[in-house]
Amino acid sequence: MSVEKSLARARFQVSARERILIFDGAFGTQIQNRKLDETDFAGDLGLAADQKGNNDILALTRPDVIGDITRSYLDAGADVISTNTFSANRISQADYAAEDQVVAINEASGRIARELADDYEAKDGRPRFVAGAIGPTNKTLSLSPDVEDPGYREISFDELVAVYKEQAAALVSGGADFILIETVFDTLNAKAGVMAVKELETELGREVPVMISMTLTDLSGRNLSGHTVEAFWYAVRHADPVTIGLNCSFGADQLRPHVQTLASLADTLIMAYPNAGLPNELGEYDEMPETTAALVKQWATDGRVNILGGCCGSSPEHIRAIANAVQGLEPRAIPVPETKMRLAGLEPFTIAA
Amino acid sequence: MTDTPSASTFINIGERTNVTGSARFKKLILGGDYTTAVEVARDQVENGAQVIDVNMDEGLLDAEEAMTTFLKLIAAEPDIARVPVMIDSSKWDVIEAGLKCVSGKPIVNSISMKEGEDQFLEQARKCMAYGAAVVVMAFDEEGQADTKERKVEICQRAYNLLVENGFPPEDIIFDPNIFAVATGIEEHDRYGLDFLEAVREIKAACPHAKTSGGLSNLSFSFRGNETVRRAMHSVFLYHAIPAGLDMAIVNAGQLDVYDQIDPTLREACEDVILNRDVEGEETATERLIALAESYRGKSKEDDKQAAEWRGWDVSKRLEHALVKGIDAHVVDDTEEARAALENNGGRPIEVIEGPLMDGMNVVGDLFGSGKMFLPQVVKSARVMKKAVAHLIPYIEAEKDLLPESERKAKGKVVMATVKGDVHDIGKNIVGVVLQCNGYDVIDMGVMVPWQDILKAANENDADMIGLSGLITPSLDEMVTVAEEMERAEMAMPLLIGGATTSKVHTALRIDPAYTGPVIHVLDASRAVGVVSKLLSDTQRDDYVSDTGADYEKVRLAREGKSPSVLLSIDEARANHYDPFYSDKPAPPAQPGVHVFDDWSLADLRDYIDWTPFFRAWELHGNYPAILQDDVVGETARQLFDDANAMLDQIIAEGWLKARGVAGLWPCARDGDDITVHDVEDEAHVVLPFLRQQVKKSRDRANMCLADFIDPDGDWIGGFAVAIHGIEPHCARFQADKDDYSDILLKSLADRFAEAFAEALHRHVRTGLWGYAPGEQLDNTALIKEQYRGIRPAPGYPACPDHSLKPMLFDLLDAERSTGLTLTENFAMLPTAAVSGFYFGHPEAEYFGVARIGHDQLEDYANRRGVDMATAERWLRPNLT
Repeated sequence: MSVEKSLARARFQVSARERILIFDGAFGTQIQNRKLDETDFAGDLGLAADQKGNNDILALTRPDVIGDITRSYLDAGADVISTNTFSANRISQADYAAEDQVVAINEASGRIARELADDYEAKDGRPRFVAGAIGPTNKTLSLSPDVEDPGYREISFDELVAVYKEQAAALVSGGADFILIETVFDTLNAKAGVMAVKELETELGREVPVMISMTLTDLSGRNLSGHTVEAFWYAVRHADPVTIGLNCSFGADQLRPHVQTLASLADTLIMAYPNAGLPNELGEYDEMPETTAALVKQWATDGRVNILGGCCGSSPEHIRAIANAVQGLEPRAIPVPETKMRLAGLEPFTIAA
Repeated sequence: MTDTPSASTFINIGERTNVTGSARFKKLILGGDYTTAVEVARDQVENGAQVIDVNMDEGLLDAEEAMTTFLKLIAAEPDIARVPVMIDSSKWDVIEAGLKCVSGKPIVNSISMKEGEDQFLEQARKCMAYGAAVVVMAFDEEGQADTKERKVEICQRAYNLLVENGFPPEDIIFDPNIFAVATGIEEHDRYGLDFLEAVREIKAACPHAKTSGGLSNLSFSFRGNETVRRAMHSVFLYHAIPAGLDMAIVNAGQLDVYDQIDPTLREACEDVILNRDVEGEETATERLIALAESYRGKSKEDDKQAAEWRGWDVSKRLEHALVKGIDAHVVDDTEEARAALENNGGRPIEVIEGPLMDGMNVVGDLFGSGKMFLPQVVKSARVMKKAVAHLIPYIEAEKDLLPESERKAKGKVVMATVKGDVHDIGKNIVGVVLQCNGYDVIDMGVMVPWQDILKAANENDADMIGLSGLITPSLDEMVTVAEEMERAEMAMPLLIGGATTSKVHTALRIDPAYTGPVIHVLDASRAVGVVSKLLSDTQRDDYVSDTGADYEKVRLAREGKSPSVLLSIDEARANHYDPFYSDKPAPPAQPGVHVFDDWSLADLRDYIDWTPFFRAWELHGNYPAILQDDVVGETARQLFDDANAMLDQIIAEGWLKARGVAGLWPCARDGDDITVHDVEDEAHVVLPFLRQQVKKSRDRANMCLADFIDPDGDWIGGFAVAIHGIEPHCARFQADKDDYSDILLKSLADRFAEAFAEALHRHVRTGLWGYAPGEQLDNTALIKEQYRGIRPAPGYPACPDHSLKPMLFDLLDAERSTGLTLTENFAMLPTAAVSGFYFGHPEAEYFGVARIGHDQLEDYANRRGVDMATAERWLRPNLT
């Protein structure tokens, strides 16, 4: 059973050896700024529920908006653009009675990003990559929603694998180079995502590289399912991800020590895309692009990162500021860790050679 | 000097959340008590476990369900979930279900090439996709690797396959199989050394791979002997870790520091594990086995405590001796207590009333609350009796000084096994328990006629009578005693106990015969409660009337219940069982009667079914699991050790003699009779059997043992076995006030008799009759009756009439050939005896005759040539 190696992965790695690559920023705040109404979201799909707030469906009903935002990030200097598909899975779309649109949304989003990436690459010859984004869904495999019954789970591993696989297949079919399993608050959900992609690879007969990005829920450096950064890495290392990293969480300031930990361990590229600071009293992100850029520049200077971008609250201005700040800085060199058995519970357990 | 080397990098994998490794955990999971099971995992992690092994492979469990439930629950506990999990199962489905619940990076235990390379790689790929390390067993298509060469070859092959297929070498752990050593089988002598050498070579040949093993197998030959097991495990690890062993599944509490092991034992273990030549006649194994005996039943804590308690105050020492059942120093301590009291102007009785009764009260409380078990109580009684025996001369000497009232015990019970019955283990146990609790017991022994029982009760001014019996005719005899008590206008309570007795029989037959209170006592643990209530001024009346009302309810329920529908005997016969007579066994290789005058006890030992032994001591559970039981395990192990020590002595010193006889005769079925041709005497003996008459559901026959015999000619067998020689030893024990050893010997003699019946039956199947010459069954399979043919005994459900025994004994000339005699109610003497018939047809099976009709009773009386009253007496249990 051999799978065809991914050319995109090889090209990506070549680019990443040369310089720090730039990932895009948030879609949510950009869509909000455009003050779209229900008819923009709903289009003529005739779905049974209101669509306002279903950002992902805009790929079908207002593809121009998604195209504009993507273009603005490419203009800001992004090498990797993500699809606007964080919630384009069967579980999240059920809230909008749009389950049946899942395949269409992902294919369309993949196509929008693919076409623009190819356009930009054709214009200046610099490689551009499409990351098909998969969010965590609002269901968790590790935790019970019922405090009275800690053994209860809202969803099974196999169900979640099926949900992820449907989305990943559509993203790849739309033209995504990589599947980005992002904002991982539950490590087991991420493992289900990895399993989904592995199954997809077997079906397609070719490699579908994954990017994995964890999100921390507390300052001590654990995600919601309780894994430390190191334990998380050991739990997903079998996915052989093209990038591992951290996103969302808190601002760059608080994320720094954890990026450092991961950077010293992982024998793959590090991608970090923090929020633009912490939200203010009104729930708005008001960290200035220069502030964010200065913080992440420090990571780059310290040789901790290979790809930088932004998450909640970030704008094309933030991305442009980051791209400018890190221009010419050396990308992180990938370490070669000693070969050891590395196991994990919520905490890592390494067995000496 | 040295500690366990490289201990810092060696990983102990606990087995406390493994149903195959922890009896407690198994019980919790089987009982659905996951809350407590989770606490077991928490304790394990708190005590330093670096990885927790979870195994749910238990036949009674839905292992997949149990595995996922448990893993999900511990996932919700951050202080447990912080360590990696080892998902342990022999079933892939269980492993995969587990993998879907574990969020970190676990270890799968295990996969192997047992089913070939394809399945092995498929499972390895899945482990990789789930992100798990794997334990690979040294197991291939040919089987489990035993020699060093096979271990290394299989692991090397597995390693190459895995690595070629992209499996990370650092995620492989090899388990090259730790097998038991010192088994006495020469081929096993190298197992320890083979493992150590294999580990060294595997580590060299397979870069980055790890090695592991399950340690408890190693010392399997010494189960029950913790000291030796711990020493073996520690010595083994001492050598295995430098050889490259990275981890082991081991109970961390089962390890000693290498240097602190007794050097003699350590060296003996080392010789066995490293298969070293030793000087002298003995092999290393023989030497360790011999040495092991001196450590039997000892543990470090015991030694430590033993040293400590001797330094305590004398009252505390007496209490400790009673609670622990230690009789070694009790006479000295009693004397010390007595002398001290005398010096202070006290009296010898105060030793009993003071420290001894205090100690027995502790025992009574512990027993009453289920924290102490019968064998321990009997041992405590032994200690008490010895102490009291020492004091009696002193008490007698000052007896005149005592007022009558102070000499009276809490109560006086006359106890007897009824006429015609000889079984007294249960009665003796009850007697001991009552004595322990301060009651005076007048034990009249066995086969006691009602006249003597009543006389003893009246002359001794007893408070009550206790009757015991094992065989069914004893039930009638108990009714007779009750009727005679009524006739004598007695009023004292009558207690009923013994294996065949029941609340229902007591309520229906005995209670109505006697106006005074009649109480069925279910087992020895209830005896004290019953006796104390009957002697209590405040509780007696309520208890008696409640019990009477309860029995009345039983009677009413019985009346109201329509009995099962009976067929007429003709209808039942028409629905007889119809076996394929063509499958009947061939004529025996050696027909006729064969006498075995002195069967080897050492041989019989291997046939012992231990479960009933423990039951006799009121320890409930199956052997060998009972030894690990959380509640009674410790007591069971102690009892088992004592039993084995006594068995060693019985065999070495020839205490007992196993005499048996088996006969095989031509026969034919004639209706419900089997006509046996006694060739030697040219006589025909007719054996009458009973047929089920209860109406059966569709397709089920109304069985009779005769159905298994071909009317056109067939063969039947018979046997009787007895264990002789307990009397002088029992007398010795009784003289020594040692009820514990007395009861132990009796219960072992019973086991020997059953074992003899099993061994002789096998000899008949494979040799004398020879219809199953190639039978290969181990003792577990024998106990489960997985062989062809049956051996129903008269007095048991398929053949309930005890009165067939004289006919069987005549055919076998059993009295002369085995020394067995029968009482008037057909109980066998000596009591450790078994007799029965052999049926060889493959379809022959056990069944219960159950209730029969008046028509069959009449028919049976005719066939036997006895009057109806006699037939009714014989078959009474089957008439209601």
